[in-house]
Amino acid sequence: MIILENVSKAYKAGIPALNDVSLHINTGEFVFIVGDSGSGKSTLIKLLLKELDPTSGDIIINGKSLNGIRRKQIPKFRRNIGVVFQDFRLLKDRNVYENIAFAQRVIATPTKKIKRRVPMMLSMVGLAAKYKSYPRQLSGGEQQRVAIARALVNEPKILLADEPTGNLDNHNAWDIMKLLDEINQKGTTVLVVTHNLEIVKAMKKRVITMKKGVVVSDERMGESHAD
Amino acid sequence: MNGWVKVMRISTFFYTLKQGIKNIWRNKIFSLASIATMSACIFLFGLFYAIVANFQTIVKEVESGVAVTVFFERGASPEVMEEVGAQIDKRTEVSKKVFVSADEAWEEFGKVYFSGDQSLMEGFEADNPLAESAHYEIYMNDVSMQSTLVTYLQSIEGVREVRSSDIAANTLTDFNRLIGYVSAGIILILLCVAVFLISNTVTTGITVRREEIAIMKLIGATDYFVRSPFIVEGILIGFIGSAIPLALLYVMYSRLVVYVGDKFIWLSNMLRFLPVKEVFSTLVPVALILGVGIGFLGSRLTIRKHLKV
Repeated sequence: MIILENVSKAYKAGIPALNDVSLHINTGEFVFIVGDSGSGKSTLIKLLLKELDPTSGDIIINGKSLNGIRRKQIPKFRRNIGVVFQDFRLLKDRNVYENIAFAQRVIATPTKKIKRRVPMMLSMVGLAAKYKSYPRQLSGGEQQRVAIARALVNEPKILLADEPTGNLDNHNAWDIMKLLDEINQKGTTVLVVTHNLEIVKAMKKRVITMKKGVVVSDERMGESHAD
Repeated sequence: MNGWVKVMRISTFFYTLKQGIKNIWRNKIFSLASIATMSACIFLFGLFYAIVANFQTIVKEVESGVAVTVFFERGASPEVMEEVGAQIDKRTEVSKKVFVSADEAWEEFGKVYFSGDQSLMEGFEADNPLAESAHYEIYMNDVSMQSTLVTYLQSIEGVREVRSSDIAANTLTDFNRLIGYVSAGIILILLCVAVFLISNTVTTGITVRREEIAIMKLIGATDYFVRSPFIVEGILIGFIGSAIPLALLYVMYSRLVVYVGDKFIWLSNMLRFLPVKEVFSTLVPVALILGVGIGFLGSRLTIRKHLKV
């Protein structure tokens, strides 16, 4: 469960990137967040990852207030959230297997478990045969699949995807969205920030629209959602 | 140091070690420059140490010949002389005391001035001109304590006169002090240069890996996990940078000792080299600790400055 209670974030006095935003996202939901550049989408993602602190208000994730998390506790908190970016952010000097294993190394997972878990994730994203390939040898869609596998390898409860299809052609974009939907079907809460309204409309999910730092609509394909 | 004494999983330890080595490899040029400069610093340090250690041995030998002479009151009985001796023995700065009786003093005088000619000396047999010259020759552990010792000796009952050479003692003390200051100064400069260089290398490493660090942070890596490879990198550079010059110095010093011993036999009377083992049993651990310490310090300081995770 993700709850935002009257969250505001101002980078400079008088220019709020988020202005008094309140949201409830239930466990297991699939939510699109749409809006133009400067609408506050990226700020929202950064606040959810505790890269930034709100100027006012509170964010509660899985029952824990982010305001109460100390700096030293941030790494542990982030392990509950998988994150995927538009530019994939893979390590270019490591192959597919190592990129995914890296996420497990970071949290000191035993090697035995890594060896079991990484092939599972590779199968899930359909890249089992390419485990030795380097990012430069993969298409954009394949790179994003690796990024998704890396985001999910530590079994987070929430997956944040910031413009995951922004660098992909239509065909690959659909593949990635289908994969995110499958992940959501298995119980992971998925939050996707996107510009791709065609996909948003076709997916028939909950859509939160932001403009100039405020939520202007929150609906599920035609039906209005309590805000 | 907090955080660096945490217990690490074995697989994480090897991973960190591997990443540290990879860091060095990735920034080959900078790493090589750091290792080379560190080697130069430690080489100079080792060279300086070997020279100073040998020099100090010579100084010590000279020091051990500096003595204070204590003459007794005229007509002092053997008991008084013994009592004075007991008072001298109480002092910790005294390494050795030698009693020279009036007869021995006269005999020594004869050896020096009459070239041991018995006929010349026989004329004085009944009346030793140095009858009141029985004395103690006192040798010290540390000549810088001479003035304190002299003051003490003058205060002992039964002592007529205390003779000492202030110039010899002061010169040696000043010289020793100078060596100490110069060594400390040079070591300090070398330390600063080496820390600066390691810091530069680690800064480059951090810049090159900025993206990777950002990803690590988002995935949930702890500060400890992110920082460890850089610390390993610094320590390894320090270790390699001190091991190379040590090996070089070892070969050079042992060859020099043999060479001087063979080719300049006349020099060996004046100049006795400390044995290789004696010099390196101190130099090896000191240089390694210094190298590794500088590596640790350089990387730690840089991480604090540039890696706010």
